[in-house]
Amino acid sequence: MTSPQDWPLYEVFVRAKRGLDHKHVGSLHAADAAMAIEHARDLYTRRQEGVSLWVVKSSDIVASDPDDAQALFDPAEDKIYRHPTFYDIPKDVETL
Amino acid sequence: MYTQGLLEAIPKAVSALEDSERMARFQARIDAEEKIEPKDWMPDAYRQTLIRQISQHAHSEIVGMLPEGNWISRAPSLLRKSILIAKVQDEGGHGAYLYSAAETLGIARSELIDQLLSGRAKYSSIFNYPTPSWADIAAIGWLVDGAAIMNQIPLCRCSYGPYARAMVRVCKEESFHQRQGYHAMLSLARGTPAQQRMAQDALNRWWWPALMMFGPPDTASQHTAVSVRWKIKRFTNDELRQKFVDFTVPQAQFLGLTLPDAQLQQAADGHYQIGPLDWSEFNAVLKGNGPCNAERIAERRAAHADGAWVRAAAIAHAAKRAARAVA
Ligand SMILES: [Fe+2]
Ligand SMILES: [Fe+2]
Repeated sequence: MTSPQDWPLYEVFVRAKRGLDHKHVGSLHAADAAMAIEHARDLYTRRQEGVSLWVVKSSDIVASDPDDAQALFDPAEDKIYRHPTFYDIPKDVETL
Repeated sequence: MYTQGLLEAIPKAVSALEDSERMARFQARIDAEEKIEPKDWMPDAYRQTLIRQISQHAHSEIVGMLPEGNWISRAPSLLRKSILIAKVQDEGGHGAYLYSAAETLGIARSELIDQLLSGRAKYSSIFNYPTPSWADIAAIGWLVDGAAIMNQIPLCRCSYGPYARAMVRVCKEESFHQRQGYHAMLSLARGTPAQQRMAQDALNRWWWPALMMFGPPDTASQHTAVSVRWKIKRFTNDELRQKFVDFTVPQAQFLGLTLPDAQLQQAADGHYQIGPLDWSEFNAVLKGNGPCNAERIAERRAAHADGAWVRAAAIAHAAKRAARAVA
Protein backbone atom coordinates (compact mmCIF):
# COMPACT_ATOMS: atom_id res chain seq x y z
CA MET A 1 0.00 0.00 0.00
CA THR A 2 1.01 3.64 -0.30
CA SER A 3 3.48 5.02 2.21
CA PRO A 4 4.33 8.70 2.83
CA GLN A 5 7.53 8.04 0.88
CA ASP A 6 5.48 7.42 -2.29
CA TRP A 7 4.91 10.38 -4.56
CA PRO A 8 1.21 11.29 -4.66
CA LEU A 9 -0.94 10.75 -7.74
CA TYR A 10 -1.92 13.69 -9.97
CA GLU A 11 -4.54 13.80 -12.71
CA VAL A 12 -3.39 15.50 -15.91
CA PHE A 13 -5.47 17.68 -18.23
CA VAL A 14 -4.19 18.90 -21.60
CA ARG A 15 -5.45 21.73 -23.79
CA ALA A 16 -4.75 20.46 -27.30
CA LYS A 17 -4.86 23.92 -28.84
CA ARG A 18 -6.02 27.41 -28.02
CA GLY A 19 -9.80 27.63 -28.01
CA LEU A 20 -10.36 24.06 -26.76
CA ASP A 21 -11.09 22.86 -23.22
CA HIS A 22 -8.52 21.09 -21.11
CA LYS A 23 -9.22 17.38 -21.37
CA HIS A 24 -8.34 14.63 -18.91
CA VAL A 25 -5.58 12.44 -20.37
CA GLY A 26 -4.40 10.27 -17.48
CA SER A 27 -2.43 10.42 -14.28
CA LEU A 28 1.10 10.32 -12.97
CA HIS A 29 3.08 10.40 -9.74
CA ALA A 30 5.11 13.42 -8.65
CA ALA A 31 6.53 14.81 -5.44
CA ASP A 32 4.67 18.10 -5.90
CA ALA A 33 2.63 20.08 -8.40
CA ALA A 34 5.64 21.68 -10.08
CA MET A 35 7.16 18.25 -10.73
CA ALA A 36 3.78 16.97 -11.88
CA ILE A 37 3.75 19.65 -14.61
CA GLU A 38 7.27 18.65 -15.71
CA HIS A 39 6.36 14.97 -15.78
CA ALA A 40 3.10 15.72 -17.60
CA ARG A 41 5.04 17.53 -20.29
CA ASP A 42 7.36 14.54 -20.77
CA LEU A 43 4.60 11.96 -20.55
CA TYR A 44 1.64 13.47 -22.36
CA THR A 45 3.01 16.08 -24.79
CA ARG A 46 5.98 14.45 -26.54
CA ARG A 47 4.36 15.03 -29.91
CA GLN A 48 2.90 18.52 -29.54
CA GLU A 49 -0.36 17.17 -28.10
CA GLY A 50 -0.87 20.30 -26.04
CA VAL A 51 -0.30 24.00 -25.48
CA SER A 52 -1.32 24.08 -21.82
CA LEU A 53 -1.40 21.66 -18.86
CA TRP A 54 -3.40 21.35 -15.68
CA VAL A 55 -2.50 18.97 -12.88
CA VAL A 56 -4.57 18.29 -9.79
CA LYS A 57 -4.02 15.89 -6.94
CA SER A 58 -6.24 12.86 -7.52
CA SER A 59 -7.26 12.90 -3.86
CA ASP A 60 -8.70 16.41 -4.35
CA ILE A 61 -11.17 15.26 -7.00
CA VAL A 62 -14.69 14.69 -5.77
CA ALA A 63 -16.64 12.40 -8.08
CA SER A 64 -20.27 11.40 -8.23
CA ASP A 65 -21.03 7.84 -7.20
CA PRO A 66 -22.01 5.52 -10.12
CA ASP A 67 -24.72 4.07 -7.85
CA ASP A 68 -26.33 7.54 -7.79
CA ALA A 69 -26.28 7.82 -11.57
CA GLN A 70 -30.00 7.06 -11.94
CA ALA A 71 -31.04 9.56 -9.31
CA LEU A 72 -28.75 12.20 -10.73
CA PHE A 73 -29.18 11.84 -14.46
CA ASP A 74 -32.44 10.05 -15.23
CA PRO A 75 -34.68 13.02 -14.35
CA ALA A 76 -33.38 14.74 -17.50
CA GLU A 77 -34.51 11.83 -19.64
CA ASP A 78 -38.23 12.77 -20.04
CA LYS A 79 -37.66 16.49 -20.51
CA ILE A 80 -37.47 16.33 -24.26
CA TYR A 81 -39.03 19.79 -24.47
CA ARG A 82 -35.60 21.11 -23.52
CA HIS A 83 -34.39 20.32 -27.02
CA PRO A 84 -35.14 22.48 -30.05
CA THR A 85 -36.13 19.47 -32.14
CA PHE A 86 -39.16 18.96 -29.84
CA TYR A 87 -40.96 21.84 -31.52
CA ASP A 88 -42.67 21.35 -34.86
CA ILE A 89 -42.74 24.70 -36.62
CA PRO A 90 -44.53 25.11 -39.96
CA LYS A 91 -42.13 25.19 -42.90
CA ASP A 92 -43.30 28.65 -43.90
CA VAL A 93 -41.63 30.14 -40.87
CA GLU A 94 -38.05 30.76 -41.86
CA THR A 95 -34.93 31.67 -39.96
CA LEU A 96 -36.08 29.94 -36.74
CA MET B 1 -8.14 8.02 -12.05
CA TYR B 2 -9.93 8.33 -8.72
CA THR B 3 -7.74 5.69 -7.14
CA GLN B 4 -8.26 6.91 -3.61
CA GLY B 5 -12.03 7.16 -3.96
CA LEU B 6 -12.06 3.69 -5.35
CA LEU B 7 -10.22 2.20 -2.41
CA GLU B 8 -12.99 3.32 -0.10
CA ALA B 9 -15.72 2.31 -2.51
CA ILE B 10 -14.80 -1.37 -2.67
CA PRO B 11 -17.92 -3.03 -1.24
CA LYS B 12 -17.54 -4.64 2.16
CA ALA B 13 -19.84 -7.61 2.10
CA VAL B 14 -22.61 -7.83 -0.45
CA SER B 15 -25.30 -10.45 -0.30
CA ALA B 16 -25.24 -13.17 -2.91
CA LEU B 17 -28.50 -11.93 -4.41
CA GLU B 18 -27.28 -8.38 -4.74
CA ASP B 19 -24.13 -9.79 -6.24
CA SER B 20 -25.91 -11.74 -8.95
CA GLU B 21 -28.04 -8.69 -9.84
CA ARG B 22 -24.96 -6.55 -10.10
CA MET B 23 -23.22 -9.24 -12.08
CA ALA B 24 -26.09 -9.32 -14.59
CA ARG B 25 -26.00 -5.53 -14.95
CA PHE B 26 -22.23 -5.62 -15.36
CA GLN B 27 -22.37 -8.24 -18.11
CA ALA B 28 -25.26 -6.44 -19.84
CA ARG B 29 -23.21 -3.28 -19.95
CA ILE B 30 -20.28 -5.14 -21.51
CA ASP B 31 -22.56 -6.90 -24.02
CA ALA B 32 -23.90 -3.48 -25.03
CA GLU B 33 -20.29 -2.38 -25.73
CA GLU B 34 -20.40 0.13 -22.87
CA LYS B 35 -17.20 0.70 -20.94
CA ILE B 36 -16.64 -0.22 -17.33
CA GLU B 37 -15.18 2.73 -15.40
CA PRO B 38 -13.10 2.70 -12.19
CA LYS B 39 -15.84 3.43 -9.68
CA ASP B 40 -18.35 0.99 -11.21
CA TRP B 41 -19.07 -2.26 -9.47
CA MET B 42 -17.17 -5.14 -11.06
CA PRO B 43 -16.65 -8.78 -10.13
CA ASP B 44 -13.46 -9.35 -8.23
CA ALA B 45 -12.19 -11.78 -10.87
CA TYR B 46 -12.55 -9.06 -13.52
CA ARG B 47 -10.61 -6.63 -11.34
CA GLN B 48 -7.87 -9.17 -10.61
CA THR B 49 -7.59 -10.29 -14.23
CA LEU B 50 -7.17 -6.69 -15.34
CA ILE B 51 -4.66 -5.84 -12.63
CA ARG B 52 -2.62 -8.87 -13.68
CA GLN B 53 -2.85 -8.17 -17.40
CA ILE B 54 -2.32 -4.39 -17.29
CA SER B 55 0.56 -4.61 -14.84
CA GLN B 56 2.27 -7.37 -16.84
CA HIS B 57 1.87 -5.16 -19.84
CA ALA B 58 3.35 -2.19 -17.97
CA HIS B 59 6.28 -4.27 -16.72
CA SER B 60 6.92 -5.41 -20.31
CA GLU B 61 7.17 -1.82 -21.52
CA ILE B 62 9.59 -0.95 -18.71
CA VAL B 63 11.80 -4.04 -19.07
CA GLY B 64 11.53 -3.58 -22.85
CA MET B 65 13.60 -0.42 -22.57
CA LEU B 66 16.65 -2.45 -21.54
CA PRO B 67 17.56 -4.46 -24.68
CA GLU B 68 17.23 -1.33 -26.83
CA GLY B 69 18.72 1.09 -24.33
CA ASN B 70 21.76 -1.12 -24.64
CA TRP B 71 22.36 0.38 -28.14
CA ILE B 72 21.72 4.08 -27.55
CA SER B 73 25.40 4.86 -27.05
CA ARG B 74 26.41 2.81 -30.10
CA ALA B 75 23.74 3.66 -32.68
CA PRO B 76 25.38 3.98 -36.12
CA SER B 77 24.44 7.63 -36.73
CA LEU B 78 23.22 10.67 -34.83
CA LEU B 79 19.81 10.34 -36.48
CA ARG B 80 19.47 6.64 -35.53
CA LYS B 81 20.52 7.56 -32.01
CA SER B 82 17.89 10.32 -31.75
CA ILE B 83 15.26 7.92 -33.07
CA LEU B 84 16.25 5.21 -30.61
CA ILE B 85 16.20 7.60 -27.65
CA ALA B 86 12.72 8.76 -28.68
CA LYS B 87 11.51 5.18 -29.01
CA VAL B 88 12.91 4.06 -25.66
CA GLN B 89 11.38 7.16 -24.03
CA ASP B 90 8.02 6.21 -25.58
CA GLU B 91 8.29 2.73 -24.06
CA GLY B 92 8.88 4.25 -20.63
CA GLY B 93 5.81 6.41 -21.28
CA HIS B 94 3.77 3.34 -22.21
CA GLY B 95 4.77 1.76 -18.92
CA ALA B 96 3.65 4.90 -17.08
CA TYR B 97 0.27 5.08 -18.89
CA LEU B 98 -0.37 1.44 -18.06
CA TYR B 99 0.69 1.62 -14.41
CA SER B 100 -1.75 4.52 -14.06
CA ALA B 101 -4.52 2.46 -15.64
CA ALA B 102 -3.78 -0.43 -13.26
CA GLU B 103 -3.86 1.94 -10.29
CA THR B 104 -7.47 2.89 -11.06
CA LEU B 105 -8.30 -0.69 -10.04
CA GLY B 106 -7.16 -0.01 -6.49
CA ILE B 107 -3.55 -1.19 -6.44
CA ALA B 108 -0.70 1.16 -5.53
CA ARG B 109 2.16 1.89 -7.93
CA SER B 110 4.69 0.93 -5.26
CA GLU B 111 3.04 -2.49 -4.95
CA LEU B 112 3.24 -3.02 -8.72
CA ILE B 113 6.92 -2.07 -8.81
CA ASP B 114 7.50 -4.38 -5.88
CA GLN B 115 5.87 -7.27 -7.72
CA LEU B 116 8.21 -6.75 -10.67
CA LEU B 117 11.40 -6.36 -8.65
CA SER B 118 10.67 -9.30 -6.36
CA GLY B 119 10.18 -11.53 -9.40
CA ARG B 120 6.51 -12.28 -8.56
CA ALA B 121 5.21 -10.52 -11.67
CA LYS B 122 5.68 -11.66 -15.24
CA TYR B 123 6.62 -9.55 -18.22
CA SER B 124 6.86 -10.41 -21.90
CA SER B 125 9.44 -13.15 -22.46
CA ILE B 126 10.67 -11.46 -25.62
CA PHE B 127 12.76 -9.04 -23.58
CA ASN B 128 14.81 -11.87 -22.13
CA TYR B 129 16.66 -12.28 -25.42
CA PRO B 130 19.98 -10.46 -25.94
CA THR B 131 20.73 -7.71 -28.48
CA PRO B 132 24.33 -8.38 -29.58
CA SER B 133 24.18 -6.49 -32.88
CA TRP B 134 22.71 -3.24 -34.27
CA ALA B 135 20.51 -5.31 -36.56
CA ASP B 136 18.76 -6.60 -33.43
CA ILE B 137 17.48 -3.09 -32.79
CA ALA B 138 16.10 -2.96 -36.33
CA ALA B 139 14.55 -6.41 -35.94
CA ILE B 140 12.97 -5.50 -32.60
CA GLY B 141 11.26 -2.43 -34.04
CA TRP B 142 10.03 -4.31 -37.07
CA LEU B 143 9.02 -7.63 -35.49
CA VAL B 144 8.59 -7.12 -31.75
CA ASP B 145 6.80 -3.79 -32.01
CA GLY B 146 4.95 -5.18 -35.02
CA ALA B 147 3.68 -8.12 -32.99
CA ALA B 148 2.89 -5.79 -30.09
CA ILE B 149 0.74 -3.61 -32.37
CA MET B 150 -1.19 -6.66 -33.55
CA ASN B 151 -1.88 -7.57 -29.90
CA GLN B 152 -2.60 -4.03 -28.80
CA ILE B 153 -4.98 -2.69 -31.45
CA PRO B 154 -7.89 -4.86 -30.23
CA LEU B 155 -7.13 -3.71 -26.66
CA CYS B 156 -8.13 -0.16 -27.67
CA ARG B 157 -11.69 -1.55 -27.55
CA CYS B 158 -11.23 -3.40 -24.26
CA SER B 159 -14.22 -3.15 -21.91
CA TYR B 160 -12.27 -1.40 -19.16
CA GLY B 161 -12.22 2.33 -19.95
CA PRO B 162 -8.86 3.41 -18.50
CA TYR B 163 -7.06 0.48 -20.16
CA ALA B 164 -8.72 1.14 -23.51
CA ARG B 165 -7.83 4.84 -23.37
CA ALA B 166 -4.22 4.07 -22.43
CA MET B 167 -4.00 1.67 -25.36
CA VAL B 168 -5.27 4.28 -27.83
CA ARG B 169 -2.39 6.49 -26.74
CA VAL B 170 0.10 3.59 -26.94
CA CYS B 171 -1.05 2.46 -30.38
CA LYS B 172 -0.66 5.96 -31.82
CA GLU B 173 3.01 5.81 -30.86
CA GLU B 174 3.72 2.20 -31.82
CA SER B 175 3.42 2.75 -35.54
CA PHE B 176 6.53 4.95 -35.46
CA HIS B 177 8.36 2.16 -33.60
CA GLN B 178 7.62 -0.44 -36.22
CA ARG B 179 8.33 1.81 -39.18
CA GLN B 180 11.68 3.01 -37.85
CA GLY B 181 12.65 -0.62 -37.27
CA TYR B 182 11.72 -1.67 -40.78
CA HIS B 183 13.50 1.40 -42.14
CA ALA B 184 16.69 0.46 -40.30
CA MET B 185 16.32 -3.15 -41.50
CA LEU B 186 15.92 -1.91 -45.07
CA SER B 187 19.15 0.08 -44.81
CA LEU B 188 21.01 -3.05 -43.73
CA ALA B 189 19.32 -5.28 -46.30
CA ARG B 190 20.37 -2.86 -49.06
CA GLY B 191 23.85 -2.40 -47.60
CA THR B 192 27.12 -4.31 -47.87
CA PRO B 193 27.17 -8.14 -47.81
CA ALA B 194 28.29 -7.93 -44.17
CA GLN B 195 25.30 -5.73 -43.31
CA GLN B 196 22.97 -8.10 -45.14
CA ARG B 197 24.35 -11.02 -43.13
CA MET B 198 23.81 -9.04 -39.97
CA ALA B 199 20.17 -8.39 -40.92
CA GLN B 200 19.59 -12.05 -41.77
CA ASP B 201 21.19 -13.18 -38.53
CA ALA B 202 18.93 -10.89 -36.49
CA LEU B 203 15.85 -12.09 -38.36
CA ASN B 204 16.87 -15.70 -37.70
CA ARG B 205 17.07 -15.06 -33.98
CA TRP B 206 13.93 -12.86 -33.56
CA TRP B 207 11.42 -14.55 -35.85
CA TRP B 208 10.37 -17.42 -33.61
CA PRO B 209 10.40 -15.50 -30.32
CA ALA B 210 8.28 -12.79 -32.01
CA LEU B 211 5.71 -15.41 -33.04
CA MET B 212 5.62 -16.70 -29.47
CA MET B 213 4.74 -13.21 -28.20
CA PHE B 214 1.13 -14.05 -29.04
CA GLY B 215 1.11 -16.63 -26.28
CA PRO B 216 0.38 -20.34 -26.19
CA PRO B 217 -1.77 -21.95 -28.91
CA ASP B 218 -5.53 -21.66 -28.41
CA THR B 219 -5.71 -25.32 -27.46
CA ALA B 220 -3.46 -24.66 -24.44
CA SER B 221 -4.54 -21.15 -23.39
CA GLN B 222 -6.30 -21.03 -20.01
CA HIS B 223 -7.60 -17.47 -19.91
CA THR B 224 -9.23 -17.00 -23.29
CA ALA B 225 -12.91 -17.90 -22.76
CA VAL B 226 -13.70 -15.65 -19.81
CA SER B 227 -11.51 -12.84 -21.15
CA VAL B 228 -13.48 -12.93 -24.41
CA ARG B 229 -16.81 -12.82 -22.53
CA TRP B 230 -15.59 -9.79 -20.58
CA LYS B 231 -14.22 -8.21 -23.77
CA ILE B 232 -10.74 -7.92 -22.33
CA LYS B 233 -9.64 -10.06 -25.24
CA ARG B 234 -11.27 -9.94 -28.68
CA PHE B 235 -9.21 -12.37 -30.73
CA THR B 236 -7.49 -15.60 -29.81
CA ASN B 237 -3.72 -16.00 -29.70
CA ASP B 238 -3.65 -18.07 -32.87
CA GLU B 239 -5.85 -15.61 -34.78
CA LEU B 240 -3.54 -12.73 -33.98
CA ARG B 241 -0.42 -14.78 -34.70
CA GLN B 242 -1.78 -15.74 -38.12
CA LYS B 243 -2.56 -12.12 -38.92
CA PHE B 244 0.97 -11.13 -37.98
CA VAL B 245 2.48 -13.85 -40.16
CA ASP B 246 0.34 -12.81 -43.13
CA PHE B 247 1.45 -9.19 -42.77
CA THR B 248 5.11 -9.93 -42.12
CA VAL B 249 6.06 -12.58 -44.69
CA PRO B 250 5.72 -10.18 -47.66
CA GLN B 251 7.67 -7.54 -45.72
CA ALA B 252 10.54 -10.01 -45.28
CA GLN B 253 10.39 -10.89 -48.96
CA PHE B 254 10.66 -7.22 -49.86
CA LEU B 255 13.79 -6.99 -47.74
CA GLY B 256 15.22 -9.96 -49.67
CA LEU B 257 15.67 -11.87 -46.41
CA THR B 258 14.73 -15.47 -45.71
CA LEU B 259 12.46 -16.41 -42.83
CA PRO B 260 14.06 -19.21 -40.80
CA ASP B 261 11.23 -21.67 -41.42
CA ALA B 262 11.73 -24.36 -44.08
CA GLN B 263 8.07 -25.36 -43.79
CA LEU B 264 6.66 -21.90 -44.40
CA GLN B 265 4.26 -21.90 -47.34
CA GLN B 266 1.34 -19.97 -48.72
CA ALA B 267 -1.92 -21.90 -48.65
CA ALA B 268 -4.55 -21.75 -51.40
CA ASP B 269 -6.60 -19.29 -49.31
CA GLY B 270 -3.68 -16.83 -49.27
CA HIS B 271 -2.69 -17.36 -45.64
CA TYR B 272 0.87 -18.34 -44.81
CA GLN B 273 1.31 -21.57 -42.88
CA ILE B 274 4.22 -21.70 -40.46
CA GLY B 275 6.12 -24.72 -39.16
CA PRO B 276 5.67 -25.88 -35.54
CA LEU B 277 6.67 -23.53 -32.72
CA ASP B 278 9.03 -24.81 -30.06
CA TRP B 279 6.95 -24.23 -26.93
CA SER B 280 9.46 -25.92 -24.67
CA GLU B 281 11.79 -22.99 -25.35
CA PHE B 282 9.00 -20.49 -24.69
CA ASN B 283 8.15 -22.16 -21.39
CA ALA B 284 11.77 -22.27 -20.32
CA VAL B 285 12.15 -18.52 -20.92
CA LEU B 286 8.84 -17.88 -19.18
CA LYS B 287 10.00 -19.86 -16.15
CA GLY B 288 13.06 -17.65 -15.88
CA ASN B 289 15.62 -19.66 -17.80
CA GLY B 290 15.97 -17.38 -20.81
CA PRO B 291 19.31 -15.91 -21.80
CA CYS B 292 18.75 -12.58 -19.99
CA ASN B 293 16.05 -13.07 -17.32
CA ALA B 294 18.38 -12.62 -14.37
CA GLU B 295 20.21 -9.70 -15.99
CA ARG B 296 17.02 -7.79 -16.76
CA ILE B 297 15.63 -8.02 -13.23
CA ALA B 298 19.01 -7.23 -11.72
CA GLU B 299 19.18 -4.10 -13.88
CA ARG B 300 15.69 -2.96 -12.84
CA ARG B 301 16.49 -3.59 -9.18
CA ALA B 302 19.70 -1.58 -9.44
CA ALA B 303 17.89 1.30 -11.19
CA HIS B 304 15.23 1.34 -8.47
CA ALA B 305 17.77 1.18 -5.65
CA ASP B 306 19.99 3.85 -7.26
CA GLY B 307 16.97 6.14 -7.57
CA ALA B 308 15.85 5.75 -3.95
CA TRP B 309 17.69 8.85 -2.72
CA VAL B 310 16.24 10.93 -5.56
CA ARG B 311 12.68 9.90 -4.67
CA ALA B 312 13.28 10.60 -0.99
CA ALA B 313 14.98 13.94 -1.70
CA ALA B 314 12.11 15.06 -3.94
CA ILE B 315 9.57 14.29 -1.20
CA ALA B 316 11.67 16.13 1.39
CA HIS B 317 12.06 19.12 -0.95
CA ALA B 318 8.33 19.21 -1.67
CA ALA B 319 7.56 19.09 2.07
CA LYS B 320 9.98 21.93 2.74
CA ARG B 321 8.50 24.08 -0.01
CA ALA B 322 4.97 23.38 1.23
CA ALA B 323 5.97 24.35 4.78
CA ARG B 324 7.53 27.59 3.51
CA ALA B 325 4.43 28.44 1.52
CA VAL B 326 2.31 28.15 4.68
CA ALA B 327 4.70 30.24 6.79
FE1 LIG C 1 5.39 0.14 -26.16
FE1 LIG D 1 7.02 0.06 -29.01
